[in-house]
Amino acid sequence: MPRRKNIAWYAGCGLLLCAVALMPLVAKSPYYITVGNFIGIYGIVAIGLALLLGYAGQVSMAQAAFFGIGAYTSAILTTLTEMNPWLALVAGAMIAAGTAGILGVPLLKLEGHVLAVATMALSIVIYTLFVEWAHLTGGYDGIGGIPGLSLFGFQLKSDLHYYYLIWACVVAVFVLSHNIVHSRVGRALRSIHRFSGGSEMAAQSVGISPAKYKVQVFMISAFYASIAGSLYAHWIAFINPEPFGVFISILMLIMITIGGMGSLWGAMVGSAVIVLSGEFFRDIVPKVLPGAAGEMEHIAYGMILVLILLFMPAGLVSAPDALKRWRARISQKSDWRE
Amino acid sequence: MILELPGKNILEVRALHKTFGGVVAIGHVTFDVEEGQIVGVIGPNGAGKTTLFNLITGFLPPYQGDIFFKGKSLRGKMAHSIASLGIARTFQNLQVFTNMSVVENVMTARHLQSRAGIFGTAFRMPYSRREEKHILEAAMANLDRVGLRDEAFAPPLSLPYGKQKLVEIARALATEPTLLLIDEPAGGLATHEIEQLARLISEIRGGGITCLLVEHRMELVMGIADRVIVLNFGMKIAEGSTEEIQSNEKVIAAYLGEKF
Repeated sequence: MPRRKNIAWYAGCGLLLCAVALMPLVAKSPYYITVGNFIGIYGIVAIGLALLLGYAGQVSMAQAAFFGIGAYTSAILTTLTEMNPWLALVAGAMIAAGTAGILGVPLLKLEGHVLAVATMALSIVIYTLFVEWAHLTGGYDGIGGIPGLSLFGFQLKSDLHYYYLIWACVVAVFVLSHNIVHSRVGRALRSIHRFSGGSEMAAQSVGISPAKYKVQVFMISAFYASIAGSLYAHWIAFINPEPFGVFISILMLIMITIGGMGSLWGAMVGSAVIVLSGEFFRDIVPKVLPGAAGEMEHIAYGMILVLILLFMPAGLVSAPDALKRWRARISQKSDWRE
Repeated sequence: MILELPGKNILEVRALHKTFGGVVAIGHVTFDVEEGQIVGVIGPNGAGKTTLFNLITGFLPPYQGDIFFKGKSLRGKMAHSIASLGIARTFQNLQVFTNMSVVENVMTARHLQSRAGIFGTAFRMPYSRREEKHILEAAMANLDRVGLRDEAFAPPLSLPYGKQKLVEIARALATEPTLLLIDEPAGGLATHEIEQLARLISEIRGGGITCLLVEHRMELVMGIADRVIVLNFGMKIAEGSTEEIQSNEKVIAAYLGEKF
């Protein structure tokens, strides 16, 4: 609907921003800041995927590839040459968006499962590049000693510094995406999303080229994922191929499904739920099952996903609506009995 | 009425031929549509009327023969380019965007009349915001034309079928076409609604838009059409004024083969 913003919405956003900004000050340990950084970084990738899948309806498992391209481009350019990290970040984003633009043209002629598999193949190919192009990427050993970012002469060193930078980027990406969605471009994207009620035929009949918009939003999602990857590389100061495998793409899909697909808030909620539940699971399972090892947080992701799909398939952001409907059903039942 | 090419043909279909496997969907059909007219396309079910529309609007390439719009060939053009040339359409099986409100449906159709892209909308540039205002105004104006101003913010699925068809007409009009292809707008409408629809289409024609109308309900076609083209099994079997068509033996025979 044409947005009629009211004070309550702005106030709510303002409160959230304050909460994010003040969290490090009330946090009991620096561990929370680390968690906050992960939520922010994954959130940026998830927002891009929310635009691509939630609004335009294109199933993509290529986020890992672009996340990795950003990270590795930043890492390689700042360690092998002495390039300014910000320039390297932009270079990574250009490479990611360019790759998305070129490969997107043939890829996005595919639909549904076939598109999902094709984009998954892209992620696997890029991951293999990271592993095999060892003289550039360090192979499985990765790249270490990645220089940090500096802002107006101030060198970012600690997790806390990166926390504020990452979340500033989250806010920027969120606001820009929000503007895009509530505009002519957003309507064009929704008009081609055939599973949520759009119609590519009708979109074409009013002059919209579905192919053009699919590629554009694919490029945007690649751009965002790459920026997140670059931030990750400079923050952790060390990268290897492991965090850039296909599983990250799947995790992003799980995040936006849990949060709510056609929603930017859903992307952030999903990121928070996944990161927090992963940490929680890794923390308590060894206490309950001593000697348990491996990536058991995957069990948590799977359980949450199944629960959401069963009880709240539209995602956590639909909770207020679901609550309203549940209360309506309850009051209907009691009326009937009288 | 302001015409671009008074007395000339806005649409010329020449030996249009389309087969699916061995089945002839449209068989060497040739006809002209003069600008400013309402031309009806009738025929029994399966005669190829919607196929004809799909061919003209670029949804069913490739085909043999040619289609000329304002003298220029439409061969090989993609559907969205054809829309940008000034041909709009509605859909027989209703393709309203159900994931947005009625007014947003029509606003989406202002796509060709606006240009703000990713950059302009992301940063809410002034030109983009001004454009958005114009888009909303134009959309409301088109909803007024079809009498749906009060339902502007409703979800389309909450409207009765007949009104959803009007949403499609408003959406098509918002692209500012010179040729409007209307596919079975009267399906499921009551008699008084058909009278309103007839008035609406006449008004649209009065505004300078040529209308090509596929329709089963004879009250509508015979009431407002200037010329009628009759298809059967993909071939044109008759063409003429409404009186000529109504007394044409071949037409009557074609329809007697079908109960309607």
